[in-house]
Amino acid sequence: MATHPAAVSPQPAHEEHLTSTGLDNVKMAMWAFLGSECLFFGSFISTYLLYRNRTNGGPDPAHIYDIPFTSVSSFVLLMSSLTMVLALAAIQRGDERGMRTWLFATAFLGMTFIGGQIYEFTTFYEEGLKLTTSPFGSSFFVLTGFHGAHVSVGILMLLALVGMSLAGRLSQADARKVELVGLYWHFVDIVWIVIFTVIYLVPTE
Amino acid sequence: MATAALQQPRRSIFARPTATTGWYSWVTTVDHKKIGIMYGVTAFIFFLLGGLEALAIRAQLAVPNGEVLTAEVYNQFFTMHGVTMIFLVVMPMGVAFFNYFAPLMIGARDVAFPRLNALSYWIFLFGGIFIYSSFFLGGAPDGGWFGYAPLSTQAGQDAASGLADRGMDFYAVGLQFLGIASLAGAVNFIVTILNMRAPGMTLMRMPVFIWMTLVVSFLLLFAMPIIAVALFELMFDRLFGTRFFAASAGGDPILWQHLFWLFGHPEVYILILPAMGIVSEVLPTFSRKPIFGYAAVVFAGAAIGFMGWGVWAHHMFAAGLGPVANSAFALSTMFIAVPTGVKIFNWIGTMWGGSLRFTTSMMFSIGFIAMFIIGGLSGVTHAIVPHDAQQTDTYYVVAHFHYVLFGGALFGIMSGFYYWWPKIFGHRLSEKIGKWNFWLWFIGFNLTFGPMHIVGLQGMPRRIYTYPDGMGWNVWNMMETVGSFMIAVATLIFLFNVAVSRRKGREEAGADPWDARTLEWSIPSPPPEYNFAEVPVVTHRDEFWHRKYFVGPGKTVEPVFSGGAVDHSEHAEHDGGHHIHLPSPSYFPVVAAFGMLVSAYAVIFALPAVAIGILIMTLGFFGWVFEPGTAE
Repeated sequence: MATHPAAVSPQPAHEEHLTSTGLDNVKMAMWAFLGSECLFFGSFISTYLLYRNRTNGGPDPAHIYDIPFTSVSSFVLLMSSLTMVLALAAIQRGDERGMRTWLFATAFLGMTFIGGQIYEFTTFYEEGLKLTTSPFGSSFFVLTGFHGAHVSVGILMLLALVGMSLAGRLSQADARKVELVGLYWHFVDIVWIVIFTVIYLVPTE
Repeated sequence: MATAALQQPRRSIFARPTATTGWYSWVTTVDHKKIGIMYGVTAFIFFLLGGLEALAIRAQLAVPNGEVLTAEVYNQFFTMHGVTMIFLVVMPMGVAFFNYFAPLMIGARDVAFPRLNALSYWIFLFGGIFIYSSFFLGGAPDGGWFGYAPLSTQAGQDAASGLADRGMDFYAVGLQFLGIASLAGAVNFIVTILNMRAPGMTLMRMPVFIWMTLVVSFLLLFAMPIIAVALFELMFDRLFGTRFFAASAGGDPILWQHLFWLFGHPEVYILILPAMGIVSEVLPTFSRKPIFGYAAVVFAGAAIGFMGWGVWAHHMFAAGLGPVANSAFALSTMFIAVPTGVKIFNWIGTMWGGSLRFTTSMMFSIGFIAMFIIGGLSGVTHAIVPHDAQQTDTYYVVAHFHYVLFGGALFGIMSGFYYWWPKIFGHRLSEKIGKWNFWLWFIGFNLTFGPMHIVGLQGMPRRIYTYPDGMGWNVWNMMETVGSFMIAVATLIFLFNVAVSRRKGREEAGADPWDARTLEWSIPSPPPEYNFAEVPVVTHRDEFWHRKYFVGPGKTVEPVFSGGAVDHSEHAEHDGGHHIHLPSPSYFPVVAAFGMLVSAYAVIFALPAVAIGILIMTLGFFGWVFEPGTAE
């Protein structure tokens, strides 16, 4: 928020009120919501850590993860944060066309990541790791599945922004809307860094 | 082009509703005061339902080998009694008071997100209806409000009968659903309190009730996602065959207990802190003194909010966590009694030397302090691990949490009703009937839950649907049943009071019937839609008192000369506040909440139909985003 002084656009958005703290209401709400989300993912990650060795005779983490493949899709997702920043910078300059390009690029990278996740889930299923195989399988699919659901919601919001822009309803004065979706998007990326590290990279015994 | 279309005053599908009277105005309202009233009325109806379940339980247990309820129905009733009283009564009652008074007490015209506020209410209402509909759809939840796995994952999983027992499915999905309302409300109140304060209303000038609202909102913000995860895991275990709590596959039922109580203990403070806030407003008003040690009360409340996260495993002393964990949680549990004790001494200090007025509201607040001390002390006995091993799963525990939740939270809420009724409805509740209400409620309460300490220490287990003769429990149980019906009579007296005070020779309250101290009393009763004709400028804690009185030479309290209390500018009064911009009503919150209701049923009965619910919900949010800012 404070990192983007350019958000103070020449025409201040009409819905901005003076607030007691000086922080924008919607932005504060988004930060509060993201704080709540930390506990949401934290609880699922804790569940996973408890269960990662409880394979019930099914596949175990060391043998089923394809780290090079997931590294590539993680890289794709992290690059989408860059395009998101570029989209926000574009609209803050008043470059609506540039914003649409970068928003679409962000959504596309997100969709690539989701595609990779679908491929990964399918492969795991074929190798015998199902939702119902073991506590390990349940906690892996549910944690990464909820993350994927968050990414998907983010993609919908990005595409909605593109649609609003095409309808002429997203001008420089509305840069805050792009910023809010950006906050959410970066959060989902950061959660993935934690998930990728804790689940894929930390070895199990 | 679209911007031009927006400026044209044409009726589109997104046009905002304009009704201000009639049922439609309630459905579409985004006014925090109307939403507060709806929360209160709905929660009270659920209170009656939960009370009826309690009466049936007490009727069953009045004598040994009772035959009023079967074991199956008993299990459903005690589970639904707990779920109702916690999630559908005490929590939303707190929210009702937050809604109505948080903006008034900080000098705001509404909450930060009025439509989100309406959405919270509709989700709460639909969630309550959803859970209660389980009675007609194969049986209500019957695994206890705490839903311990693997009992909760296996209950009703026979699938032999055609209409399977889906009670715990309703539990898992219904509480998830209600959690969304709490989370949205928490975000809304955090932003409202931090961002919408009137000029000069610094944090340390806020009324204690507002502080407690803020602490509760943060507790909700961080506790609801944890129960959400636990409920997702439970729901997936039941519906999709995951293995989270299946011990046969290596799943760990203790994980449920950790997640549940990591939510559940902050939840206890979510239930009690609003009542503590109410009492902290009532006692100063009727003692004619400012609250004793304001900063200590505020910091104690915040300390409870932090320490509440470090005590959850005291619910699990019998689960076998080992001596180190048990000792650590025993210590933290004893420590959390310290800030609670600070508050109690501050309340007593507030009354000390004050000129006390024993109104019904004041009596409920004093009752709160006394009953909460008893409940708090029995709580400390649970912190002692060997002691707890004797008490756990006995009626002693039931006695303890009813002394804090009924003797605490509900006494505080009743105090709030009598205190703020004149502000909300413009007339007082009868004090004469109110005294009857208080004493019957007070005696009935102690008669019901006092003997539970004794039968509990005698070894009577909780959650049993009947007990044999000759255990020495008969007299006490009969006494408890008599007491519970006294509470029922007291509740009817309250409803009678509401009806009578409304009609016969109503005592018009005026703006400030109690000679109170905070901003909500500076405006007419009931408050106009725009709350404050002119946003107040705050210069003191207890702002309104300082507008009425000043401390003269020799430390005497003198009234400010006439007109001092009225600072709204006359022109704002005269044009009826028409120049004040208020958010227009909207029907999209109820549409979005309805979509969620459809999804909730679909999850249980026909999974693919979730898509229909999500579609309705998406349409609701789509309309929400694109509807114009005002009705004009």
